[in-house]
This record gives sequence, structure tokens and C-alpha cells, in this order.
Amino acid sequence: MTIQLFGSHALKTEISDSQFYHNQFFSKNESESTNSFPENKTVYKLKNSNLQVKGLNVYIQKNHILKDVNLEIPDKKITCIIGPSGCGKSTLLKTFNRLIDDTEGVKTEGEILIDGVNIFDKNTEITSIRKKMGLLSQRPCPLPMSIYDNIAYGCKIHGIHGKKRLNVIVEEQLKAVGLWNEVKDRLNAPATKLSIGQQQRLCLARGLAVEPEFILADEATSALDPISSKHIEELFVELKHEYAIILVTHTLRQALRIADHVVFMYLGEVIEEGPADEVFNNPKQELTRKYLEGAFS
Amino acid sequence: MEHKFLEEKIAKVLMIAATSLVFIIVADILFTILQKGLPAINWDMITKTPEGGYYNGGGGGVLNAIVGSLYIVLGSAFLGLLVSIPVVFYLNVYLTKNSRLAYIARLAFDVMFGIPSIVYGAFAFTIMIYLGMRTSLGGGILVITLLIIPIFIRSMDEVARQLPGDLLDATYALGATKLETIKVVLRQIAPGIATATLLSVGRAIGDAAGVMFTAGFTDSIPTSLDQPAATLPLSVFFQLSSPLAEVQDRAYASALILTIIVLFISILGRLITNRFSKHKI
Repeated sequence: MTIQLFGSHALKTEISDSQFYHNQFFSKNESESTNSFPENKTVYKLKNSNLQVKGLNVYIQKNHILKDVNLEIPDKKITCIIGPSGCGKSTLLKTFNRLIDDTEGVKTEGEILIDGVNIFDKNTEITSIRKKMGLLSQRPCPLPMSIYDNIAYGCKIHGIHGKKRLNVIVEEQLKAVGLWNEVKDRLNAPATKLSIGQQQRLCLARGLAVEPEFILADEATSALDPISSKHIEELFVELKHEYAIILVTHTLRQALRIADHVVFMYLGEVIEEGPADEVFNNPKQELTRKYLEGAFS
Repeated sequence: MEHKFLEEKIAKVLMIAATSLVFIIVADILFTILQKGLPAINWDMITKTPEGGYYNGGGGGVLNAIVGSLYIVLGSAFLGLLVSIPVVFYLNVYLTKNSRLAYIARLAFDVMFGIPSIVYGAFAFTIMIYLGMRTSLGGGILVITLLIIPIFIRSMDEVARQLPGDLLDATYALGATKLETIKVVLRQIAPGIATATLLSVGRAIGDAAGVMFTAGFTDSIPTSLDQPAATLPLSVFFQLSSPLAEVQDRAYASALILTIIVLFISILGRLITNRFSKHKI
């Protein structure tokens, strides 16, 4: 185990055993005033991570939305980003696939490395970054096309045109989200004819069809009924064996149910991150504890 | 009775009155056209071009004007769409909501919307003189295109501005470039495109002042873009100017034909709109 000191406010520790995780460095922060943010932030090396955030700052029209975010997102796990409204969770998610670019007056500093490539680099092709990241938004947003075309659209823009090949992909992805049996007889019906829960699963399948590495979900179940919501959660648990899933959620209970890794954000800063059971059962930060206890939301 | 219920009643009566007024005006126009035009209409009217002395009561029909009007409308609707769709796409997908350029462009289109067609006609006429062009079908199509572009753009733009941001985000998230979103955008605003086309075609086919100097008037059917073309509104005008009652009645018959064409296009447009909007989210 090595400990390196980086400047005055970043502690980088490489963790090999999880016990060390409850590291003692932070006990002094806990005793400090609850409103002050910890000076020191842990950035710990994960063995398996294809997405690293380094010193990310995002400003939107001079508002400092994300403040010095350092993160590593574990591969093949569900990472839940939790935190009160307006803490920058969604902004962080939108920064991952650079959808933030279209926001007016946005300025970003720092790096986000996806498979070792900085997405803010001038030479990085934005479409190739986005292709790697399936997005599931709060409300299902099917494309104004048939069920079939919703899934085929993404493949077509990435150069797959063969009818036979597309048929296979459509069937495969609809099966992956458990929608095939419900829609196989009406593939040419408008996607809007589906129920809202089915639409969300269709959107998931549409994202999977372009073969991403990550699934970004922005409160993907908050507009759904409990049964559809459960369905999506179960899909996430199944899909995490193949994808890194990053889920922004407002529902702590959801995070408790499915998270493997938790990131707690408050006012644009990452307050605490770590394996789910660590953060939930033994939060190191006073703020995290208060949030988990429901003192604020 | 409570105050607010009285208000409700009065407002309702006023709304019904206003709606009825519009309805009565349309009915009256239709009645006049039918009453005066129906007796004068015959097969010759729509199958023959004017023969010698048509405007003095001679034989023939207004096929020249029917065909001329359709040529101009189809040509200008095509050119209009060709210019307006890229403009609307650029305004709504490439420019941000608060873009100054978008603001200025929309203002300009609003101004163009309000310019009377005679001004477009005069403007095009000076250009045609400068280029040494004669009055021609091509000139007519160009001036009507200019006339309907603002209608196209503004009515499509209103629909395109309602594009859900989530929809574009969802498309970008699949790795689409801005240009590649056009398929999604067009599908979503398809009903708007259809409505815009209907409004434009209605305006284009009924316009007399714009084509007066530019398309000219002729008794024959144009066979190329550089030949002059007759139009139905001008045909109505010339026949109505005749002192002979018989020719005036034919003017109403021509107006009836014009109205039927507009009605036909509208119904067709509605049907197409319904077909296109089935995927709209």
C-alpha cells in the first residue's frame, strides 16, 4: 500500500484491501463543523475503471456548478450518484457524454478520461464518445419512429445497413430488455403507442444497440410506475455484468437496493465515494451521514 | 347567480358569436361563388384554353390559368421547402435558444411575412428588367417562392421550437452528429411542415399582384420556364373587368374552380398530415 501526497488538498491512496478504506485520515474532518467541506478528498485507484474524472470544474454562465471533481467509475458495476437537488449530479452525468456542450455559457476545466482518452481533447471525436455511453433520461424519449426504427436508427448512423443484420440486432436488444415478447407482432407500430414503462425499456434497448461501454441513467425510473421501475432496476442488475452503469438517483432506497458503488455529492462537490456498503453503513463524512439520515434532501 | 358564472356565460356567447361570424362570412363567399359561378361552369371551362374573343363572350375556357396556377404553386412550394427546411433546421438545431443571429433572422422573416405581394412583384420585376428577362413562368415561380418562404419558415419554426430538448439529447447520445438528427427532427415536425405547406399553397395560388408583372398573362399553356403563364386570380380579374354579364359569370366560375382546387389541396394536406404525425412524440 502506497500513500502519495499531492499538493495540499489531494490525498491519493492506492487501496488494496477494503479495510483500509475506513481510513483514519478523515476522523478529524468528522469532528469539524458540519457545514464545512472536507479539505482532503480521497482518490483511490480502482483495478477496473475505464472512466476517470480528474480535477473537473464546470461553470455555467459564471456559476461554479461542479467543483474539482475527482472520481473513478468502476467497470461492470452500478455506480449511484446521490445527493440533494441541485448538487450537480445531472450536470456531471451530462458532462460524461458532453451533452453539456450545448448548454449556453458552459466552460469546463479538467479531464475526463474514457478508455484513457480525454473527452475534452480537441482531437476527440464527440460522436465516438457518445456512442460509448448509452443514455437513459428521466422521461422515456422514444424517437418519432416505429419501434423497429427506434433501435435501428442508432445502428444506421454508425454504418450498419443490412436488413438481416438489423433484424438480428433489433430482436437481440429487445430481448435483452425483456420487450421482445410484448412487441414482436407490432414492430412497425409507433413507439409512442407503448406504455411509458415499455418506452423506457425501448430507450434502453436503443442505447444498447450501438454497443456502448457505459449506461448513463438520469433518474431513469422517477417517471415510471413502481412495477416498471422495478423492471428497469432488475435490468440494471442484469446488465452490470457487461456494462458500467452510472445511475443518478433521487431515491436513496433505490441506491440501497442496487448500488455497488456510491458517490455522494453536495453543492457541486463530491463529498464521499466508495463501495455502497461502506458509504451506507459507515459514512466517513458528517454530511453524508446527515443526508442518509434524511436531515436534508 | 354568482358573478363568475355570469362572466362564463357572457364569454361563451361572445365566443360563439365570433365563431359564427367567421362561419357566415365563409358561407356567404361560397354562396356567392356557387350562385353566380355554377350556372356558367361547363366542361369547356376546365378543358379548353380561351379561344378568340373569349373575354368578349367567345368560346373556350380557363385551362391556361388552371395549369399556369398549378405550375407556379408546385414549383414555388418545391423551391420554398428546399430553402426553408435548411433554415428552420439551422435555427433550431445549430443555433442556441438565445442566439442573436436567430433573433435577427426571425425578426427579418416576420417583416418579410408582412410585405405585400405587389412589393415582391415590383422587386422581382426590376430584377427581371435588369436581367433582360420577359414575363415568364420562371419569374412567377421565383416571386411566389419569395412570397411564401417567410410563411414556410415562420410556421415550421413555431413547431420546431417546440422540439423537446430531450429528443435531441437522446439522438446525440446515440452518437448522431447534428446533421444526422435531421431525420428525427423532420419526423417530429412533419405535421408542421404539412401545415406550413398548406398555408403557403393557399397564399400562393390566390395571389394575383405578385404574378401580374412577373408571370404575365397569356391564353396558351406554357411549355417552358421562359414562356409567360396565366394564373387563376388574374383570369378572374380580367373576366370580372369585362362589361359583359356573361363573362363576369365566368369569372365566378373561375373563382369556383380556384376554390375547389384550394379545398382539394387542403383535404389532401390534412390526410397527409395525419399520416405523418402518427410517430410524433
